[in-house]
Amino acid sequence: MELLFDQQHTVKVQLPAKEGNFSIRELLPWIRDKLLRERPELFMQGDTVRPGVLVLINDVDWELEGELEYQIAEGDRITFISTLHGG
Amino acid sequence: MPPTPCSICQRERAMLRRPKTLQRLCRSCFYAVFETEVHQTIQRHGLFKRGDRVAIGASGGKDSTVLAYVLKLLNERYDYGLELFLLSVDEGITGYRDDSLETVKRNRDQYALPLKIISYEELYGWTMDRIVEAVGRKNNCTFCGVFRRQALDRGALLLGVDHIVTGHNADDVAETVLMNILRGDIARLQRCTEIMTAGDAEGAVRRSKPFKYAYEKEIVMYAYFKKLDYFSTECIYSPNAYRGYARAFLKDLEASRPSAILDIIHAGEALLIRADVKMPTQGQCERCGYVASNRLCKACVLLEGLNRGLPKLGISGRASVPDGPAVSAKQP
Ligand SMILES: [Zn+2]
Ligand SMILES: [Zn+2]
Repeated sequence: MELLFDQQHTVKVQLPAKEGNFSIRELLPWIRDKLLRERPELFMQGDTVRPGVLVLINDVDWELEGELEYQIAEGDRITFISTLHGG
Repeated sequence: MPPTPCSICQRERAMLRRPKTLQRLCRSCFYAVFETEVHQTIQRHGLFKRGDRVAIGASGGKDSTVLAYVLKLLNERYDYGLELFLLSVDEGITGYRDDSLETVKRNRDQYALPLKIISYEELYGWTMDRIVEAVGRKNNCTFCGVFRRQALDRGALLLGVDHIVTGHNADDVAETVLMNILRGDIARLQRCTEIMTAGDAEGAVRRSKPFKYAYEKEIVMYAYFKKLDYFSTECIYSPNAYRGYARAFLKDLEASRPSAILDIIHAGEALLIRADVKMPTQGQCERCGYVASNRLCKACVLLEGLNRGLPKLGISGRASVPDGPAVSAKQP
């Protein structure tokens, strides 16, 4: 699975083994704790992404894919685009 | 979850939910609605006339990159008969503007549009790097905002254009409405929702915002799907914190009700200023001739402070600059 941050970094990650699939709800805090080095508050707010961060699952708007409940499959590409800065 | 079909063509897979209408759209239907709406905005408000020379205020960021792409496309598709230019301001910020200007130069080649870059250094004798050295990081955005506005106008005069378009989107306009309400800045509150400002003889060129009704999400998704080449780093001189709060608040509102952004713009447009409220009158700067509501324009006041080693001059508050620091809009 690949993660994109600001279209600049692509990270392939191996999620820890567990029974059943990971949902986006479980993925977000995992990313925050394992991958983000600074200012995690710019990424998450409560149990979801901070408003203004767009999430795409295999290039599809996550609003069409069940948002937090989406079950991640092997090879999925999850993209995060922050809109909170820079015109 | 099975793929959702597009709500317009019913055939292709929907790729995004439009925040404005909550429609689920495939890529090509999304491009079509987005471009058509911008075209309708341009037509309905009579933004251009045939033969206009139009400068696109280009920062290399997503909004102005999408604007350049879409305007060029619409100009050809609907035969507006416009002559388009890219106009960029080089504030002199190492590690930020020099990189984003590289993006603008690639856009110049990708879209085959002539590019003019105008720098703070040539206009004012100061780069933002040096200004920050002199004033610190607290008020530097005030300098930058005031200087940028004039720089765009001066660049436009050099290019001989009739009109500057900027990439301000609906989110930007709503955010500016909120900020002007919070500051009680009645004059700007009235001006900031206007889609087009009139030019004047004193050197301010007509400006408009063709994306006034386009949501930021649509612009980002358009740039992403079309793989447009844009620059997405934050200014290194940490931006206006107050604007950051207004933005975060707006995004929270939007998350609970997507129409909030357009609602705020409509609220701003609908506000009527009582006739007996005293508004600042606009005159001309004694030193440089630019529009000014005092004897000197804001850029000249700030510049005088810098050059006399009194950088606080002009930013200390309303006593010296009656209509306060520039909050007209964030940079395009
Ligand atoms: Zn479609
Ligand atoms: Zn002046």
